[in-house]
Amino acid sequence: MEFPANLRYTKEHEWARQEGNRVVVGITDYAQKELGDIVFVELPEVGITLAATDTFGVVESVKAVSDLYAPVSGTIVEANIILEDQPELVNASPYGQGWMIVIEAAFIEELQQLLTAAEYQAYVAQEKSSR
Amino acid sequence: MTADTEGKRTPLYAIHCQLGARLIQFGGWEMPVSYRGIIEEHQAVRTHAGLFDVSHMGEIEISGPGAEAALQYLTLNDVRPLQAYQLQYSALCNEAGGLLDDLTVCRLAADRFLLIVNAANIAKDFHWITQHLGPGARADNRSDAQALLALQGPEAEIILQRLSAAPLGPLPYYHALATQVDGHAALVSRTGYTGEDGFEVLVEAAHAVELWQAIMEAGQAHGLLPVGLGARDTLRLEARYLLYGQDMDETTNPFEVGLGWITKLDKGEFIGRDALTRLKATGVQRRMIGFIMQNRGIPRAHYPVMQDGQSIGEVTSGTMSPTLGQAIGTALVRSTSGKIGSTIAVEIRHKAVPARVVSSPFVPRRVKR
Repeated sequence: MEFPANLRYTKEHEWARQEGNRVVVGITDYAQKELGDIVFVELPEVGITLAATDTFGVVESVKAVSDLYAPVSGTIVEANIILEDQPELVNASPYGQGWMIVIEAAFIEELQQLLTAAEYQAYVAQEKSSR
Repeated sequence: MTADTEGKRTPLYAIHCQLGARLIQFGGWEMPVSYRGIIEEHQAVRTHAGLFDVSHMGEIEISGPGAEAALQYLTLNDVRPLQAYQLQYSALCNEAGGLLDDLTVCRLAADRFLLIVNAANIAKDFHWITQHLGPGARADNRSDAQALLALQGPEAEIILQRLSAAPLGPLPYYHALATQVDGHAALVSRTGYTGEDGFEVLVEAAHAVELWQAIMEAGQAHGLLPVGLGARDTLRLEARYLLYGQDMDETTNPFEVGLGWITKLDKGEFIGRDALTRLKATGVQRRMIGFIMQNRGIPRAHYPVMQDGQSIGEVTSGTMSPTLGQAIGTALVRSTSGKIGSTIAVEIRHKAVPARVVSSPFVPRRVKR
């Protein structure tokens, strides 16, 4: 399982990558493994604004519907609409081609409140052992 | 995992763990939902073969000179025409005509029958049956002593024949035979829940592991995969088979869910007959429809269904169909709505998403008639 060191993470299993004042967002390798085959991704309209922890969309596996939560506040400036036709990219490449949205951050400092790769890895280990 | 969250385990639990299965709690059991992935397993069944552990299901034997009469009274279907080792699909209803369970009935002899019931309903069904047995009949719950494996797919016969002492080619659909499979006494029926040709193999629990391994080995050259409950659900929905507890329960009657064909009102007295006869006469208020989504969105249980701006019912089952590549679902709607060919709308996260009502099944069944 991968936990790239250059990313920040949320307890809801999203990752965030800083690019200047923008933040690229997706779901983690752990999340895609837990979901199993992803068959549907619903992404927000470009231009909408969100606060951190607002839901920005939905990812569906064969059996379940999961909400997606914004890691930081800001405006959606890009949405990876290829995922509408190829949702399986999230399984195959959760940190690469499976990216979901780009947020123009309102307060880029919010990234510092997210988990580091080491903290997220520990969090996942704890979640797995308590199941 | 604490003791009070642990479900019951079949004899194959260790194998599921060895295979890296993702496990879930289902009907009081800890079962594999998938091994390699639901879609891959689903496709294996449609193109080659899949092996399912369905040992969590229940086996109830009814025996004695009054066994046939007892089953006539307890079930909806007519057991009289059943020959030895012939099965029928049937159901138990309460006095109000509400469905208690769907099941298969196999006649083993003039005075002996085997019922295969849903895992979540074993205790309920056994209690109900024992409460309503007439004279000269006894019920035995054999569920824990037996293991049931389902081998389904176009290559199921060729795989199982390698292990079966009896020839399987001549075995008709919904018939069974008693033979040895990999040297173990087994009841083999040509039945299933996937819409493909296939078999269900009943053995003593002590032989379950060996049987599983023998079938997996025999099927290796044929693309056989272990298949979990996730793909079991997508397969059965594509074939438009019902799932008790989701598509139907004690608040639904057989006519509403398309089970009028197993409801033999003229066979004589049975539990629920009066209520069902009245229901049929006054007209059934709801019916089950199947639909394919026309726009993006996956229907899920309980999502509201509309037509012409009016609420007409709700979704009972829904998924993304791996075979069709489209989202499909079934819904219980008022009888006057949802005609085949018409357009309905499914409310998905506050949006009305159009769907087309279609006839059954979604994917053609290839059971060997």
